[in-house]
Amino acid sequence: MTIEATQGTAEAVELITLTIDGVEVSVPKGTLVIRAAELIGVEIPRFCDHPLLEPVGACRQCLVEVPDAGNGRGMPKPQASCTLEVAPGMVVQTQVTSEVADKAQQGTMEFLLVNHPLDCPVCDKGGECPLQNQAMSHGRGESRFVETKRTFPKPINVSEQILLDRERCVLCARCTRFSEQIAGDPFIELLERGPQQQVGIADDQPFHSYFSGNTIQICPVGALTSADYRFRSRPFDLVSTPSVAEHDACGSAIRVDHRRGKVMRRLAGDDPEVNEEWITDKDRFGFTWTAQDDRLRTPLVRNEDGELEPASWPAALAAAARGLAAADGVGVLTGGHLTAEDAFAYSKLARVVLGTNDIDFRARAHSEEEAAFLAAHVAATRLTVTYRDLEKAGSVLLVGLEPEDEAGAIFLRLRKASRNGLTVRSIAAHASRGLTKMNGELVATVPGQEAAALDAVQLEADSVILVGERLATSPGAYSAALRLAERSGARLAWVPRRAGDRGAVETGCLPSLLPGGRPVADAEARADLAAAWGVESLPSRVGRDTTQIVEDAAKNRLGALVVGGVEVDDLPDPARAREAIEAAFVVSLEVRENEVTRAADVVLPVAPPVEKAGTFVTWEGRLRPFDAVLSLPASLPDLRVLAGIAEEMGHDLGFRTVAEARAAITETGPWDGQRTAAPDAPVPGAVKLGKGDVVLETWRQMIDDGRGQDGQDKYRATARPAVLRANAATLQAAGIEPGGSATISNKTGSATFPAEVADLPDGVVWVPANSGTNLRSINAGHGTVVQLSGGNA
Amino acid sequence: MTNTVRETLWDPIAGFGVTFRTMFKKVVTEQYPFEKVPTAPRFHGRHQLNRWPDGLEKCIGCELCAWACPADAIYVEGASNTEDERFSPGERYGRVYQINYLRCILCGLCIEACPTRALTMTNEYELADDNRADLIYEKSDLLAPLLPGMVEPPHEMLISDDHHDYYKGKTLPLLPADPAADAKVNPPGAPGEDS
Repeated sequence: MTIEATQGTAEAVELITLTIDGVEVSVPKGTLVIRAAELIGVEIPRFCDHPLLEPVGACRQCLVEVPDAGNGRGMPKPQASCTLEVAPGMVVQTQVTSEVADKAQQGTMEFLLVNHPLDCPVCDKGGECPLQNQAMSHGRGESRFVETKRTFPKPINVSEQILLDRERCVLCARCTRFSEQIAGDPFIELLERGPQQQVGIADDQPFHSYFSGNTIQICPVGALTSADYRFRSRPFDLVSTPSVAEHDACGSAIRVDHRRGKVMRRLAGDDPEVNEEWITDKDRFGFTWTAQDDRLRTPLVRNEDGELEPASWPAALAAAARGLAAADGVGVLTGGHLTAEDAFAYSKLARVVLGTNDIDFRARAHSEEEAAFLAAHVAATRLTVTYRDLEKAGSVLLVGLEPEDEAGAIFLRLRKASRNGLTVRSIAAHASRGLTKMNGELVATVPGQEAAALDAVQLEADSVILVGERLATSPGAYSAALRLAERSGARLAWVPRRAGDRGAVETGCLPSLLPGGRPVADAEARADLAAAWGVESLPSRVGRDTTQIVEDAAKNRLGALVVGGVEVDDLPDPARAREAIEAAFVVSLEVRENEVTRAADVVLPVAPPVEKAGTFVTWEGRLRPFDAVLSLPASLPDLRVLAGIAEEMGHDLGFRTVAEARAAITETGPWDGQRTAAPDAPVPGAVKLGKGDVVLETWRQMIDDGRGQDGQDKYRATARPAVLRANAATLQAAGIEPGGSATISNKTGSATFPAEVADLPDGVVWVPANSGTNLRSINAGHGTVVQLSGGNA
Repeated sequence: MTNTVRETLWDPIAGFGVTFRTMFKKVVTEQYPFEKVPTAPRFHGRHQLNRWPDGLEKCIGCELCAWACPADAIYVEGASNTEDERFSPGERYGRVYQINYLRCILCGLCIEACPTRALTMTNEYELADDNRADLIYEKSDLLAPLLPGMVEPPHEMLISDDHHDYYKGKTLPLLPADPAADAKVNPPGAPGEDS
């Protein structure tokens, strides 16, 4: 990560040769002296310098002597090496060879420590503190400062989650630069001057950023801490395990720190190809959901009285197998949170044991067009568009995707690239805050009419189109996106919202798609897979999708359901889904109790990602394997449970562990035969709105009511307020004052939000999908028509 | 091997001579447990978690003792003092404090590590039991007894509103009626501390 950030892979770079501590070194033009020194193994102490932030020279800790600046003349005083670019023939002497540099560094350190409280024993950073470490390596042993230190009342909240101890701050400006340069949320700034200089916020603007947790991690002292982790443990008694974040499809590298079988915190991992060094607050703080009181610990089986009662694993597996074998048809709903290995097990169980293609991972609004799009364009492709490609693209077009809320790592990449001149355009109803921060252009459209907008857009061949899963609710949009990619030569990538979605596509958790992108309808593909799995044949009829599975189960045309990790309120029609799980024999594989487990006949507790190994597949198709953080033998991954059910039913899935499943996936391999045809759905006509009708634009905000964020109230308090946005005319037509309450309603129910004026087209309103009210519970979603009225319903 | 004259004749006499002489010396055997002899004053015995003169705990839950421990015998969890529940001056206190005396080697490195002199050692050496659980001492087992003037936490900071004053040696602002009572209320240092 040293000079790699400035270096392209194929481009020729101009090298500059200089001498550091008597060692000649050649580095690319524009490299800073502090990084050139790293290449020869000299670590110059630093606080403000960060490779991903612009140089600022704030802390002055990295002073070096420059006897020759490359022009034959020396610099008269020690220079900050973090702001000094290399020059040909430059001679630099660091603290290793120069007494001047060493003395200058010790002097700076002494100044920094003058007002730094020696409260290391109570400081969360103690033990992993750059100031502590560098004071030991580059400072004086004894302080000469005997006067009273400056103190501030401590700590103050810059947001509900982030606490600031101002007296510990060394004014390196890493946090303020991060907020401004990386996240684009410049809510914290350096205030006052002289000894009173401090980081602060405006009175009415707390540090509500989706990426605020990163400032804690890059703070070189303990000035910024989280309310969540404050005083919870010390770095030296934590066990750290690298892992992958489970909250979105970005596959961000994280580090999970645990102590005595309990996860204490999560930090950003360092992966230049994926998330660089940043993660979203959801990835950082969303880990307590696995330790809630409603966690399922033991299998449950419904007894003759209709009560769920605890059962042994063998009894529960046998009960599940009996019920599934007796049922007239089984549907499998897998949700979007599974690892690829687990999804593969569901897929194989459905095909080999249950003999059906009635399997669908889409526990959300979906369409046949989407399935065709996934089969034609997404399945069995890998890394056709990567994060790096986003940075290098000429322009990026977002359709049905709000990266700031739905894919934080993509947002940060796009924002970084937009600062270097990338044009970001978004086909949406209004310019969201995320789009504004990316300096993006809005291609205004009415929700549901994305197809027409896509057909009208002109793109260069070096562009990238990112389509979100929301397009499933917009007829013709996927087809139009494919047409646009074809027409312009731009590359097209699908960005789902959940971590397991792409893996589920690859492992065939779709009614029309077998593992490895093999189309069900293709006899050759079925034969290929049957041979790979060593079975006679595979079901040839294209299966039912989520809606049909739910519908048929509710009508008793499908006898049983295997449900893994699905919330009823996420499904397209929650009311129908409730009828379905009441009517059918339900085997539920869940981490925590929910509506499905309460209605299920057999409940099998499974391990959350932190307790099992697995692989998430990112939106790019990149495999992100991870190991179990906590080793709990009683916590079984879904695939082990499914293997048990299969064995009870007289079949062998061929794997019982994650490692075996990985081998089985590799062995199955991707399909290299004929792909299915791309969908070609027609562009829909404009929707005619009745009086009081509006079209909904909606997506889930990053911090919302999702159960993956349970147990993190302080983090949730930093959520953006749930508001209804519409233009002034639309609000006026419904008789709503800006700031007053607005209600959207339909036959199923209603939801009320404070109204806010924004640049939406007439007759379109935006509301968050799951903040306060889960819109699906009132059967509303992106592109649905609802009634808008003033006041509370 | 052949024995020399010295070995066969003189050595037994010399040996029994030691026995004979000892019969007239003072007995060194200690009649423990019937008579308990005081240890050396700086003997490393059971630990004690000390208190400030107002009864608040000195431990801030920093875990430096646990870090210093070569036997991994100490387990600490810190937590925040709140407005309603204050156990120590300042922001942080030790919510959980355990010493496992099956592991402890009584080396005293934890005492050296403690930044607030919360942890010291007493001279109590009777650390034996017949089960594991009872040998893991909890915070309640280790805390120093309340002396006169001390109040069981949680309570407000009684000495000063500024926790720095505790470390500067400020004591209770009590003004008892007679100086004799004053001496009782404010003894110079808790027992075991700095022994």
